[in-house]
Amino acid sequence: MQEMDVSVWRGDANGGGLEHFKVPARDSQTILDVVAWIQQHADPTLSYRYACRVGMCGSCAMMVNGVPRWTCRTHVKTVLKDNAITIAPLRNLPVIKDLAADMDPFFDKWVAAGGVHHPTRTRDEPIEILDPKTPERVETDTGIECINCSVCYAACDTVSNNVDFLGPAALQRAWTLYLDPKDADPNAILDAVSGKGGCHNCHSQGSCTLHCPNGLNPMKAIAGLKRATVSSFFKGGR
Amino acid sequence: MLGLKLYMAQRLSAMVMIPLTLGHIAVMIYAIQGGLSAAEILGRTKGSVLWFLYYGLFVLSVSLHASIGLRVIVHETLGLKGRALEIFMWLSGLLLLAMGLRALVAVTL
Repeated sequence: MQEMDVSVWRGDANGGGLEHFKVPARDSQTILDVVAWIQQHADPTLSYRYACRVGMCGSCAMMVNGVPRWTCRTHVKTVLKDNAITIAPLRNLPVIKDLAADMDPFFDKWVAAGGVHHPTRTRDEPIEILDPKTPERVETDTGIECINCSVCYAACDTVSNNVDFLGPAALQRAWTLYLDPKDADPNAILDAVSGKGGCHNCHSQGSCTLHCPNGLNPMKAIAGLKRATVSSFFKGGR
Repeated sequence: MLGLKLYMAQRLSAMVMIPLTLGHIAVMIYAIQGGLSAAEILGRTKGSVLWFLYYGLFVLSVSLHASIGLRVIVHETLGLKGRALEIFMWLSGLLLLAMGLRALVAVTL
């Protein structure tokens, strides 16, 4: 049976390095299959995170040959180079152990970006009916399929160089909430994305959009937030 | 690191600089067509309120725009932050302003 050379980053918050494994090649093999094989057959102490295995939960993102990817939906044959693969924990996040990155900073920034819904009604009132054809709703639809995998956050050079930057996913969430007629406080969202780590720090390099496994466009969402804050600036809002 | 106010200051100063830069280049090309010397050009700019306002606005915009741009570059590439970053931005802006005003005074007063 043919074997691949797989280099896996091992270590923790204090540092680490690559360990090498020989993994049997199989048909329709994903990167997550490779990691699981190593943990089940070569080294049971290997730590990594996954849940659904079908590209829905956003748990299994890792750096594959230096590129952030959802490993459960990444076929080995699309990334194998000279019969070798390098797998590492997500960039721009602290490491817990081996391939498991600490997602806390990523989710903390979702909240910091105003990503908490501000309701217009209580649970006792009927649900507000929305027209799916309004321009706001059509725009919102392009941003709500985020699975929180942090691939965009790992891809973003602005996050690397500016620790306060809220990042593409959190800002995209803020943009969809800002457009939502069921959100009672759009100005709170504009305030949240106008601070020192806000949308204005984005350089529009577009790595988020390039690498998003769901084909979303956080760069466009951030541009929308920039427009909305600029327009509120001219109206004397902030 | 870059809030809405600094972002707006940088964008608005850029919008001011675009026509001023084009005007500056256009006048330069036009002025030297007939072989004007530096002394002849200075003869026209000295004492001119119009050129004083034109290049005065230019100098102000450049100082504002460049110091905010340098702030971003220095923060992202060298990691300068907090009070040190504020001081760097203000000092670079004031330095550009002082140098620009010195040239402005020499050419138009």
